[in-house]
Amino acid sequence: MRYKLGIDVGGTNTDGVILDSDMNVLTAFKHPTTDDIETGIAGAVEALLKKSGLDKSLIDHGMLGTTQCTNAIVTRKSLNDVGVIRIGAPAGTAIEPIYSMPDDLKAIIGQHIYQVRGGHEFNGELIAELDEAHLEDIARELKGKVNSIAISSIFSPVNKAHETRAKEIIEAVVGEDVAFSLSSEIGSISLLERENATVLNAAIIDVAKRTTEGFEKALKQHGVDCEVYFCQNDGTLMSKEYTLKYPILTVACGPTNSLRGASFLSSHDNAIIADIGGTTTDIGVLNNGFPRESSLSVELGGVQTNFRMPDIYSLALGGGTIITLEGENFKIGPDSVGYRLPEKAKVFGGDTLTVTDIAVAKGVLSLGDAEKVNDLDTELVDRIYDEIINMIEVAIERMKTSDKEVPVVLVGGGSTLIEGDIEGASEVINPENSGVANAIGSAISDISGEVEKIYNIDPARRSEILDEIKQFAIDEAVNAGADKDRTEIISFEDIPLAYLPGNATRIKVKAAGPLKED
Amino acid sequence: MMRYIGKEEIEKMAIGAALLGTGGGGDPFIGKLMALQAIEKYGPVKLLSADELDDEALVVPSAMMGAPTVMVEKVPSGNESIAAFNALEEYLGRKITATMPIEAGGVNSLLPFALAARVGLPVVDADGMGRAFPELQMVTYYLDGINASPMVLADEKDNSIVLNAVDGVWTEKIARAATMTMGGSLMNAIYPMSGKQARESSIIGSLSFEEKLGDIIMTSKQPIDDLVEATNGYILFEGKIRDVERATDGGFVRGKAVFEGMNQNKSSECTLEFQNENLICLVDGQPKCLTPDLITVLDAETGMPITTEGLKFGMRVVILGMPCDPKWRTDKGIETVGPGYFGYDFEYQTIEALNQ
Repeated sequence: MRYKLGIDVGGTNTDGVILDSDMNVLTAFKHPTTDDIETGIAGAVEALLKKSGLDKSLIDHGMLGTTQCTNAIVTRKSLNDVGVIRIGAPAGTAIEPIYSMPDDLKAIIGQHIYQVRGGHEFNGELIAELDEAHLEDIARELKGKVNSIAISSIFSPVNKAHETRAKEIIEAVVGEDVAFSLSSEIGSISLLERENATVLNAAIIDVAKRTTEGFEKALKQHGVDCEVYFCQNDGTLMSKEYTLKYPILTVACGPTNSLRGASFLSSHDNAIIADIGGTTTDIGVLNNGFPRESSLSVELGGVQTNFRMPDIYSLALGGGTIITLEGENFKIGPDSVGYRLPEKAKVFGGDTLTVTDIAVAKGVLSLGDAEKVNDLDTELVDRIYDEIINMIEVAIERMKTSDKEVPVVLVGGGSTLIEGDIEGASEVINPENSGVANAIGSAISDISGEVEKIYNIDPARRSEILDEIKQFAIDEAVNAGADKDRTEIISFEDIPLAYLPGNATRIKVKAAGPLKED
Repeated sequence: MMRYIGKEEIEKMAIGAALLGTGGGGDPFIGKLMALQAIEKYGPVKLLSADELDDEALVVPSAMMGAPTVMVEKVPSGNESIAAFNALEEYLGRKITATMPIEAGGVNSLLPFALAARVGLPVVDADGMGRAFPELQMVTYYLDGINASPMVLADEKDNSIVLNAVDGVWTEKIARAATMTMGGSLMNAIYPMSGKQARESSIIGSLSFEEKLGDIIMTSKQPIDDLVEATNGYILFEGKIRDVERATDGGFVRGKAVFEGMNQNKSSECTLEFQNENLICLVDGQPKCLTPDLITVLDAETGMPITTEGLKFGMRVVILGMPCDPKWRTDKGIETVGPGYFGYDFEYQTIEALNQ
């Protein structure tokens, strides 16, 4: 038997598991996330190995899902010195690059901003010739001042030639130690949001480097010599090399891991998952085992972006949510006592009425001292509890795309607060081991390959060409470490581009498969 | 009275512009950022009330033309609208006195501020629609016989075209073709008119109105009630979205949304028909609001307006109906923008009559 070790570092908890190749949980670990995340990861590895008593040489794969890149963006700490280059002038100059970012972030990563002539029209024609001499000047200016460069060109999702050429020119001057982020590899149409995402990616290259090296070091220190992989937010894994190029793809991998872990634990591939925590309930949708992507632009650390993110609705309702009474009336949240629930809640002798207290008073949950909530009026408790359920039902309904009933899986520390039916749910599932759903999600992830390009497709050869493109995606996944025989296409989009001459079609294919066993 | 518009006022106007965009009009986001950056660099913009215009003043609206989806990728340079104004001044042999938005809804309501800040022109507190509409002749100036020509189209590559078309239909035809050739999104200078014409034919006070609506949504504790009062509007329906159908057809997003009633509308059903903008609202099959009266879908909690693209199953919404400006309620007005023009089989009736 061979084994995998998976760790998920979330905002509140660090979870870890060791799974065998049949995906049985051998050991699980859960601990509050420490300020020093690297030490926390090392501690989790140590605890898992010790608890399992496993022969370390039997571990083939280590997976890490982590919030470090997200944290760096939100707290504005440990960010790279970034060179921001937009190609497209004379178009675009009415709004400077990263103009819409919050001022405190611009002060850190907005010190070297340039706009260069070039870029393309919607139909692939030139706006202007690329100003290569200007790029050479910029390269000389940036040399030694920045260690990461973000390049965005107008309509690069249609034609990325200017981004690629600009990288060549600058790299020749600044050398290979500088990281490059190209917008065409990160986001879709909508220049300002794509540019923001590209600049954020460039800003967290160093954090990603420290994170990946830290995980490798932690494993090595404890005698585990295995392949390492990192979780991205679509529920698949990436290699270290890929993570260092696209660290932004790790953002929100936590909720994704929780969705995938819940799916695995409940054996449902198509379901709505509600992760009920102390402060919020995060609701997501699984389609064929993968999270649904958000179709709107997403905000990250106050920045509007449009790169791929799981579609998660966060409701301000959790076990620690504060209930305010005003005579006959009441108000639920949005404030929460959060991690101080064990001292603040009434059932634990505290002075604050929380959702947990209501669940105890209602008799749904047996926790702490139920006598402490005896004085609450039964009719009032019923009304509050009904409203809590109603809030969750409304939030679940927001995430549905039709009024067909679907299974609802409850996970997270607060999942025991809910009892009985949920409107719109075909069944309500409360799986075992749901406390470490995140780490399980990281350990069971497949590895993926993706191809996204604009192709001119001759209608007569259409199916032949599509098969070829699908094979590219499968090859990508296999090259990254997926098992050849079990890799398949998990998503396929083909969008005809109305204004392009010929039969131009934008094709996006993703293939994924389980990691190859050694 | 004359006053100055700074960044804070622009933020509020952007929200009001989304509301008056009645589901379409293009996202005000780009227009807002352009206005904010220009004001930051060149200072606040003078906002004139229409009665401060001299009869002989030369007032020229400035607007974007083309696909908003192109504009979000190919952001303007900011020189296009200046080039269009320069070319028009040269052609007319006169200086332009003031600019203004052609429509109060969506991206076009804020773009004139970016231009005005850069060239030091005042903006008139007025527009030609009081809302958003998709075609060049759908303005109150057309109702009063003011010609869209001479108009200028300009792109970021320094190309400009002075266009003298014989009527609105030719203006639309030629301008659309030029827009495609010039890159899908450009700026125009259109409907040049005298101060007297601007005062008599515009919808007055639209920009202040946007600002007021934006202020309500940003600060009010009961935004929806306050919006009803401020717009003399009606809550047409309260419910959740049960179904949305959309199809793209020749640059238009056509479709309909069906809502299931809540609270006072429990066990009722509402249908909303849209073509870029929301045009028809039916409750249990009975018309409750018909174009050109305004229909906006609001988030039931925050009062934030939701565009037709943003409508999704399960959302809790309030549908707000608002009377249009009386200028639209004439035979020619209804012929230009009434239900019949958009292909619906309804006789126009005012929102007041439909909600007695």
